[in-house]
Amino acid sequence: MLRFVLFRLMQMIFIMTGLSMVVFLIFFATPGIDPAANIAGRGASEEVLAAVRESFGLDRPLPIQYLSMMKRMLIDQDLTSFSNRSYQVLPAILNSLPVTFSVAFGTAVIWVSVSIAFGTAAALTRGKLTDKLLMTIGLIGISMPVFWVASVANLFTQHRYQDSWLFSWVPPLGYVPLSEDPGSWALHLIIPWITGSILYIGLYSRLLRSSLVEVYHEDFIRTARAKGLSETRILFRHALRTAMLPFVSLLGLDLGALIAGNTLIVELLFGLPGLGMLTFRALQSLDLPFMMTTIMYGSFFVVLLNTLVDLLYAFLDPRVKDARRN
Amino acid sequence: MTTSSDSAARHPDAASRVTVSRGPWATAVGRILRQPSAIIALVVLALIIAATAAAPIYAEYVSRTNPFATALSAKIWLDGQEVLVIQPVTEGLGLGTIPIGPTWGPQYLVGSDSLGRDVMARILYGGQNSLFIAGIATTISLVFALLVGLCAGFFGGIVDTVLTRLLDVVWAFPVFLLATSLSVVTIGRSFDFGLFEIRADSIIIPVLIIGIVNIPYIARPVRAQTIQVRQSEFVTAARGIGVPSWRILLIDVVPNVLPILIVFAPITVAISMILESSLSFLSIGVQAPESSWGTIIRENQPLLYSRPWTTLAPGLAIVLTVVMLNLLGDVVRDAFDPRMKQED
Repeated sequence: MLRFVLFRLMQMIFIMTGLSMVVFLIFFATPGIDPAANIAGRGASEEVLAAVRESFGLDRPLPIQYLSMMKRMLIDQDLTSFSNRSYQVLPAILNSLPVTFSVAFGTAVIWVSVSIAFGTAAALTRGKLTDKLLMTIGLIGISMPVFWVASVANLFTQHRYQDSWLFSWVPPLGYVPLSEDPGSWALHLIIPWITGSILYIGLYSRLLRSSLVEVYHEDFIRTARAKGLSETRILFRHALRTAMLPFVSLLGLDLGALIAGNTLIVELLFGLPGLGMLTFRALQSLDLPFMMTTIMYGSFFVVLLNTLVDLLYAFLDPRVKDARRN
Repeated sequence: MTTSSDSAARHPDAASRVTVSRGPWATAVGRILRQPSAIIALVVLALIIAATAAAPIYAEYVSRTNPFATALSAKIWLDGQEVLVIQPVTEGLGLGTIPIGPTWGPQYLVGSDSLGRDVMARILYGGQNSLFIAGIATTISLVFALLVGLCAGFFGGIVDTVLTRLLDVVWAFPVFLLATSLSVVTIGRSFDFGLFEIRADSIIIPVLIIGIVNIPYIARPVRAQTIQVRQSEFVTAARGIGVPSWRILLIDVVPNVLPILIVFAPITVAISMILESSLSFLSIGVQAPESSWGTIIRENQPLLYSRPWTTLAPGLAIVLTVVMLNLLGDVVRDAFDPRMKQED
């Protein structure tokens, strides 16, 4: 197990390094892009551009620029924004993380619990009305763009039915920290959570249904029935445990991507100042150090969660662990 | 996956049990066309494509407006009265103007945008771009995923190591962020490649970006399948009788990998469509003067509360199209799944 963990850690470092290079190349080496022109503003003279290049170290060779940026990001931790050099990147990211964690956490809780319920119910009523209804909901769920669902949610909860009993409890858009007022924190986030989880509920309930249906054809389920186990026990102890494997392995990827910035649209439309909104602001102003760091942080969570899921996988499915030991 | 006629010849019993012995392709097509949901999806998609193709006819003869020109002082006849398309606000303080709401008639069916343009006509025109971008982007994804997956899986060794590690890195980059980053650095820029030039407002830029970011998700299963075929007995046999590698690749491997691409095709179109609309909504996708369903929703965002149909209608167009694509995708996936044998 220790060797496996060490191997995964090495792989993590490798992927993070590769990723930082890809991001750096996208922003600094795309043909036609000139960070100096962006900092200096429109119509800057050649002298100004040269001065900017020198001041920001943009005249040095790309590998040196890359290494010095990584050093400032990871070792000195004093990387500053290009547009405002007293604006430090790291504190801004640390301040926005709780918002993104709040959004992602609630979304994940809703998506995992609802899709387990939907997927199991659909698999158990296979071919019947409940199954068809749930799978239709799932199909529509995966077919709606999040920004549109969020717009419609705002239309209904903030305007159209704001006065009715149904949505009068919905507070105006914005964010309240958990430490300040937990009740208000949750109230502000319920609609964003539901909006963000619809797509994933669709994906995961469909996935769980199909893997459950498959598992119920397996021999060990027949054996369990022959042993005289109750249907409930077969479902929870045998079928669901096996059927959850693909569910769990995808969960790591999607949860990581969610924290990394897939909450961007939800944050923008519901006015939540998280990592996604920070990334988007940086992208809009082409603030390269900011973008590099937010994307690096985001992908760190993707890779980290992937590793954790692999470990969990080994725990759920003993065959994986055995295979790795050999 | 050898053809089923071969196995039927070797096992006479099987041949007598199976009434018609067909190849895997004919079997799959037969399975698809037997599903009512596939027929519905194909018909609705054909209707959507036909409707967007008929956009000029709609604009000319039904809505009788130019959906690309601003018409701030236009008037239309409604219930025997001539009304302004952009009306002064009468409620509240009576400040500003508000575009006409849905008439549910031929002109301004779902209302006008803030520039006096017919939103329904714009949806039909925008649909052309949305469908075109999703279709071409998917083609790019499939072709390059096939190339990458085949090279990595068939040649193995250093080629495989480099390509899979590269895919690992891109895999850790959330698709949406990658697409956003690429869009931001390319937006408003024209590219001169000597032989041809891409204009800054060209829809080729979002097409390329969406096409590229989806490659790893298809290349991985292609690689896995290629490895499986390469290690199969019939490939070993082919090598044994001295068939050259390129022939094995073309005759044995490619036909066995193609079903993966076909299974991925409808859902990749669906994913590309959602991605395009999201980028366009963030104003980093399709650029003016071109429009797509995503840009129409963005343009009408200020009218969300006062004229919701200008946002609801283009969104429903996306949802309807993507639902049909996913429905088709489900049927195609099941049709190519060798485990689903019950009806053949």
